[in-house]
Amino acid sequence: MRVNFTVNGRPQEADDVWEGESLLYVLRERMGLPGSKNACEQGECGSCTVRLDGVPVCSCLVAAGQVEGREVVTVEGLAEFAKDRTEHAGCASGTCGTSLDAAKRWEAKPGQDSQTGEGVELSPIQQAFIDAGAVQCGFCTPGLLVAADEMLERNPSPTDADIREALSGNLCRCTGYEKILDAVRLAAARQERQGEAV
Amino acid sequence: MAQNTRTTPVGTPTDVTQNHVKGGIGESTLRPDGTLKVTGEFAYSSDMWHEDMLWGQILRSTVAHAEIVSIDTTEALVMDGVYAVLTHEDLPAAKNYGMEFQDTPVLAYGKVRHHGEPVALVAADHPETARRAAAKIKIEYRELPVITDEASATAPDAILVHEGRDDHHSGHVPHPNIVHRQPIIRGDATEAAKRADVIVTGEYTFGMQDQAFLGPESGLAVPSEDGGVDLYVATQWLHSDLKQIAPCLGLPEEKVRMTMAGVGGAFGGREDISMQILASILALRTGKPVKMVYNRYESFFGHVHRHPAKLWYEHGATKDGKLTHMKCKIVLDGGAYASSTASVVGNASSLSVGPYVIEDVEIEAIGLYTNNPPCGAMRGFGAVQACFAYEAQMDKLAAKLGMDPVELRQLNAMEQGTIMPTGQVVDSPAPVAELLRIVKARPMPPEQQWLAAGEDADVRALPGGLSNTTHGEGVVRGVGYAVGIKNVGFSEGFDDYSTAKIRMEVINGEAVATVHTAMAEVGQGGVTIHAQIARTELGVQQVTIHPADTQVGSAGSTSAGRQTYMTGGAIKNSCGIVREKVLEIGRQKFGSYHPAWANAELLLEGGKVVTDGGDVLATIADVLEGQAVEVEEEWRHRPTQAFDLVTGQGDGHVQYAFAAHRAVVEVDTELGLVKVIELACAQDVGKALNPLSVIGQIQGGTTQGLGVAVMEEIIVDPKTAKVRNPSFTDYLIPTILDTPTIPVDYLELADPNAPYGVRGIGEAPTLSSTPAVLAAIRAATGLELNKTPVRPEALTGTL
Repeated sequence: MRVNFTVNGRPQEADDVWEGESLLYVLRERMGLPGSKNACEQGECGSCTVRLDGVPVCSCLVAAGQVEGREVVTVEGLAEFAKDRTEHAGCASGTCGTSLDAAKRWEAKPGQDSQTGEGVELSPIQQAFIDAGAVQCGFCTPGLLVAADEMLERNPSPTDADIREALSGNLCRCTGYEKILDAVRLAAARQERQGEAV
Repeated sequence: MAQNTRTTPVGTPTDVTQNHVKGGIGESTLRPDGTLKVTGEFAYSSDMWHEDMLWGQILRSTVAHAEIVSIDTTEALVMDGVYAVLTHEDLPAAKNYGMEFQDTPVLAYGKVRHHGEPVALVAADHPETARRAAAKIKIEYRELPVITDEASATAPDAILVHEGRDDHHSGHVPHPNIVHRQPIIRGDATEAAKRADVIVTGEYTFGMQDQAFLGPESGLAVPSEDGGVDLYVATQWLHSDLKQIAPCLGLPEEKVRMTMAGVGGAFGGREDISMQILASILALRTGKPVKMVYNRYESFFGHVHRHPAKLWYEHGATKDGKLTHMKCKIVLDGGAYASSTASVVGNASSLSVGPYVIEDVEIEAIGLYTNNPPCGAMRGFGAVQACFAYEAQMDKLAAKLGMDPVELRQLNAMEQGTIMPTGQVVDSPAPVAELLRIVKARPMPPEQQWLAAGEDADVRALPGGLSNTTHGEGVVRGVGYAVGIKNVGFSEGFDDYSTAKIRMEVINGEAVATVHTAMAEVGQGGVTIHAQIARTELGVQQVTIHPADTQVGSAGSTSAGRQTYMTGGAIKNSCGIVREKVLEIGRQKFGSYHPAWANAELLLEGGKVVTDGGDVLATIADVLEGQAVEVEEEWRHRPTQAFDLVTGQGDGHVQYAFAAHRAVVEVDTELGLVKVIELACAQDVGKALNPLSVIGQIQGGTTQGLGVAVMEEIIVDPKTAKVRNPSFTDYLIPTILDTPTIPVDYLELADPNAPYGVRGIGEAPTLSSTPAVLAAIRAATGLELNKTPVRPEALTGTL
């Protein structure tokens, strides 16, 4: 079957999708977006978390056909998504990213090097994960980033208990979670400061 | 089912330049791969992709011990989209591989020896096609009785798991189903026991833990025009893999070119081969690139686990608390194939006394062959199981003596100069008593806040958490302590070395260094440290880390806490030689202009050659101009010795690491649920080359110890030796809700024998975390609790 949907603000089309394929498989193996990770493929670890019409879901549990006509945001689109949110304050639905016209005009910004990170613009939560040392092997990171970003959208000043609750569906085996908590606190604080500055 | 429609090229590891990351040793420099990892662009082994690639799939045995009567692949072969179906009959060369013993079949032949052993192999154009084809292969088994424990393994008429053993331990083991036996006898424990005023004994059981790294076993094998194969995989040791892979492919090593793909955690579980040989065989057979990715279910069968253990201990002490003697027997279950069981046995025996001074000991550790899942390396490597037991013994002894358990430990703590039971003198700082003092002196987390404030409890902070199982009734608190000792690096005379190739050249007028090693970056932060070392040693800002591959000499394994010590040491060493060569070029070029060039103490700093007085003699760019300096050197730590097979004596270890924990837990005594409130750690790290990474390693290790204390265990049916819980639904690892605050204090007491004084960090915190949590639960409940993990039924008496 053919599946049409929007990924990170850009219309996408996947052909010859087998009915049993997951959204995760389509993203990783057909779209060339391997950022969503395949750690358990049964909805237990959260590594494949993406937003489907704004709602965080385990993309391994979503059949590809279910996303027909819908909007998906993956870790690859997180920075742009967060930027759009900041620029269009008040839009918290998660579906208000790039317009179709804007998406079609999209091109890589000059000076960006995806291999070195030089000039790459990151969302506050992405930057905070790096700064706080919350990235070790990094396999859980994409899912945690999508989940944490969504929580901060709903709850800009979370308590530790709020953070733990929101991220309890995302397993991490390397960090012991302490630095992940640090990162989310840091992102929240920076966003708060940024909000005050505006 | 269709081919991939994806158009992006294969994600291969690329140079990670460090323009945006600065800093030398001792600084909390950020990861150079951080940006790639947070944007989703970092290419892990399961992200590899190639146009026209096939998918490999393994068919695994459904029984633990059986003769293979027949294998019928007819139906699988005729399926659309299937390119190859292979069994052991199709193997091109050597049929077995293994790190220490070559006892592991590439594909089972004759017999299967454990549940989940690979038996057949499929390549197809879609992973689902491959899975369906594998399911069509018919295998007829004739089941055999299973060997699952010491009694069944060592019975006089026991079936041999491996008949006709001829490995280097087979000549001295008391039974062919014992992989290795290591006794240690020092002093006279029986005589010393007569001086004891109190004696405590205990029997302890340590469950089978899984590394549960998140990135599944995976990779891509691409056949090359010269008949060889290019292999992109996640592993802990490229060169060890290469040595095992090449003979099984019937290829010379130079035709198997391995490149490290992104590694999603390891913790020992990637020391052994997983899909490397199988994907390569499929690629060579089909002439197409083959990608292979285990799912989580398969991952539980696809790597070795931590050895489950039975431990019997006896300790004696005088009434003032001085330890008189220790006797112990440790039985480690190695499962169906040896992996690193023999080395785990050596570690368990030589570290079985713990960080204590006991002159009279009688120790025996054995590792078994059984039909349980194969066990091998995991963080803590044999020292974890022993620590769980000897720390429980310390608490038991303290209780019997009416002493404070921390004071008892401090009274008997080893220090620099202490003689190990192996006769080895501990010749660098051993701050055992101090680490205990630090964790004990920490302020306690506040008492049950909801009571103090007279408020309703936030159920999220209580045992059971969001399940809303309690509002605080029946919740009691307990505090427990533990400390442990771990060896660093490979022991017992192993020729452990690492290689570093350093290149220094001028690019755009600036001196730039490239570090090329075969080190596996598994998440521990080696890539960060390596650049920090190069920047420090060579005085340059720009350092490029070359992807790890087999085009450079071995770096050894990223395990045993050795990689910063060993490959860090190799980089420091090679950088030193590069520095001397640069200075030599400078002397020849500019020596006649300035007499200070004759100075032996010249340094490279900030891209310049400077005297120890700070005078600038030249820029490195001016010295090198168009010239490049390149050095590739092996580097070794001081040699070690094998342990004597009768007495266990020998200077077997390179270095020791120490960590202590204090655990504070709350237990719902009605439901048997445990909430760990805080797990404080103090550790001596020798020298913190990157404090941020150091703390990350300690917190991560601590959490794995917490996991095995309260939830983690691979459950093997004792009657059938089948694994019951191979999934993240059934094998639980700690979530962010299960993991408490982990405050960390670290000491930097330099080891005079190590580069920069470093001490391996990653493993020690995994040791003491488990017994500290157990001690805290015992303190809360008054129960004896001699088994990990502690399950609710053990706390509620409903076992």
